[in-house]
Amino acid sequence: MLKDDDRIFQNLYNDKGSDVESSKIRGDWTNTKDLIDKGRDWIITEVKASELRGRGGAGFPTGLKWSFAPKQLGPRPHYLVINGDESEPGTCKDRDILRFEPHKLIEGCLLAAFAVQAHVCYIYIRGEYFIDGKKLQAAIDEAYEKNLIGKNASGSGWDLDIYIHYGAGAYICGEETALLESIEGKKGQPRLKPPFPALIGLYGCPTIINNVETIAVIPTILRRGGKWFASLGKAKNTGTKIFCISGNVNNPCNVEEEMSISLKELIEVHAGGVIGGWNNLQAVIPGGSSMPLIPQKTCETLTMDFDSLVAEKSGLGTAGIVVINKDQDIIKCMARIAKFYKHESCGQCTPCREGSGWMWRMLERMVKGDASRDEVDMLGDVTTQIAGHTICAFGEGSSWPIQGLLRHFKKEIEKRNNLNPTFDKAKNIPYLVDQHLLNKKDA
Amino acid sequence: MSLRRPSKEQPENFQFNQTSLEEAKSIVAKYPKGKQQSAVMALLYIAQKQNNNWIPLAAMKSIGKFLDMPYIKVYEVATFYTMYNLAPVGKHFIQVCTTTPCMIRGAYKLVEACKEKISENENQLSKDQSCSWMEVECLGACVNAPMMQINDDYYEDLDKEKTLKILDMILNGETPKPGSYRGRVNNEPENNRKTLMDLKNA
Repeated sequence: MLKDDDRIFQNLYNDKGSDVESSKIRGDWTNTKDLIDKGRDWIITEVKASELRGRGGAGFPTGLKWSFAPKQLGPRPHYLVINGDESEPGTCKDRDILRFEPHKLIEGCLLAAFAVQAHVCYIYIRGEYFIDGKKLQAAIDEAYEKNLIGKNASGSGWDLDIYIHYGAGAYICGEETALLESIEGKKGQPRLKPPFPALIGLYGCPTIINNVETIAVIPTILRRGGKWFASLGKAKNTGTKIFCISGNVNNPCNVEEEMSISLKELIEVHAGGVIGGWNNLQAVIPGGSSMPLIPQKTCETLTMDFDSLVAEKSGLGTAGIVVINKDQDIIKCMARIAKFYKHESCGQCTPCREGSGWMWRMLERMVKGDASRDEVDMLGDVTTQIAGHTICAFGEGSSWPIQGLLRHFKKEIEKRNNLNPTFDKAKNIPYLVDQHLLNKKDA
Repeated sequence: MSLRRPSKEQPENFQFNQTSLEEAKSIVAKYPKGKQQSAVMALLYIAQKQNNNWIPLAAMKSIGKFLDMPYIKVYEVATFYTMYNLAPVGKHFIQVCTTTPCMIRGAYKLVEACKEKISENENQLSKDQSCSWMEVECLGACVNAPMMQINDDYYEDLDKEKTLKILDMILNGETPKPGSYRGRVNNEPENNRKTLMDLKNA
C-alpha cells in the first residue's frame, strides 16, 4: 500500500478543512514563486519527467500536451481550460478535489497557465456540482484576496484570472471540444479535429485543456520532483491516482493509491470486499461506464493502470471502478448504461444518434428475453458501425461497454434469447427486423 | 438524445429583476469583449432561478436581446442542456439518479418512494403543488449510491425508508440535512479506513 506521506491529496476526506490556511499547512502555496522563477521550460521538463498522463480518461501525456502550445505569444491570447465536467458513471473524484482540495487545483492552474502562457483560466464544472462549485469559488476569492492569483500572482510577475463556468447536465461537454463550444455559449457538440485546441481552441485561440485531477497534482510534482512521481507505479503508468470504488462492495469509497495497484487489493482492502464474498463477484467495470467490463477470472490478477487494462481490451479511463456481483443481472446493468448513452448522445453524427438508441432498445429486449437469435450478432455489428465512425470518442464510449458484454457474456444472452428471427438469414435483410420492433407472436 | 419540449402554456412577458440584472452583468464581465454569448448558460440559470425553477420562451427572447444574439441560438442552448427546465417543476425539484452504479445499489427503491409520496408519474406535481420528481442520469456521486438531488443539495447513501422520511420532511416544509444518510464522513470507507490515519486520529 502507498505510504501516507506519498499521498498527494491529504485532505481527500476533509479531515483538516479546505480553506487557504489549512491548505498552506499541507504545503500548498509555500514556494509557488520559486517554482515559477525556474521558468516554463523547467516546469514542462519536470512534468515530462514525471510521465504524468492525463487523468480525464484518455491518458494523454500532460507534458507533451503543454509543449504543443505555441512557444511565442502571438496576437491571440492563450487560454487554459480545466475540465471538471465529471459525468462518467462510476466517477466522483473531481468533486472531492473541488470541495476539499481547491487550493491544489488553483495553484496548479497558476503553474500550468504560466507554463502555457495563459492569463485567463476557465474551470468548467458540471451544473449539478453547484454546491461544490460554490466552495471552489470561495477558495478562488480567498486566493485573490491574498494575491495568490490575480495581478502579479504570488509575486511571480504573472497575471492570472480564474473563472468558473457551469455546465448544465450534458455528459458530452466532458469531450474537450464540446466543452469549448459550451464555454462559447453554444450547444455542446464536438468539433472536428484537426485543428487541435492547442492551436485553435477557445474563441479560436490556442487553448490547453486538462482534467481537474491532472492539474491538481502538478504543484506536488514540481515540489517533490518529477523523479519522485515517476518512481511510483510502473514505467509509462506513473504516480498516484484517485480510485472511486462503487457498486456491490461493502464500503464504497474514494481512495488515492499508487498506479498499478492490484484490483483485488483495492476491492478487498479499501472497499471492504465484494458483497457476498470474492466468489460472488460477477464482473468489474474498471474505468467508468465507457470501458468494457472485466469478468471475474481476470479480476484475480489484474493491475490497475493504462497499459495493463488495454492488454485486457479495456481501459483505465477515469478509474471509476464499478463492482457488479452475481446478484445483479449483467444484461440489465449494460442495458441501463446503453440508456445513459442514448440519453447523452449530442445528436451530431448519425451513427451515434441513431445507433445509441438502437443498441438500447435491443438490449432492453434482451433483458426480457424478447430478442431474436440473430439480434445478438446484430448488436455486435451495430457497435462496430458506431465505433470509429463519429466525430468524437462518444461513439467508442457507447459501443465498448456493449462489446465487452458480448465478449464475456454472449452465452448468457444467447441462452435467454433464442427466438426465431422473422426474416431468415438467407434473405440477407436482417437490419429491417429491429426497426419494426416485431411482437413476439409475429416472430 | 433526450426529448425536450417547451411547456404549452407560456407567459407573455419576462423581465430580469434588479438582482438578476446585476448578476447577469457581472457574469458577462467574465468573458472577453465581444464574446458575451458565452454568458448565455449562466443567464439561463438566472432566469430559471427567478422564474420558479423553469425557463419560459419569453425569457429566452429577452436573454437573446440582452446578449445581442439571435433568439434561436438561445433556444438551441436551452433545449440542448437537460438542467434547464422548459416546463414548470415543483419548488422542491427532486432528481433521482438511476444510472448503473446507483441502480445496482437500489436506486429504483428511491423511485418507488417518490411515486408513493409525490406523484405517480415523473414531472407531475404533488397534490400540494410543491414537489415534482424525475429520474436523471449519473449525478457524479457514485460511491455514495443510491442518491438523489433536491434543488442544489445532494442526499447520499439512501434507502427507501430514509427517502420516505426525507420526502415527508420536505412535504411538511422542513429542510432535511444534505449529505450522507449512513453517517459517514464524505467519501471515506465507512469502517476500517486504511489511509491517512494520522490525520484522522490527529
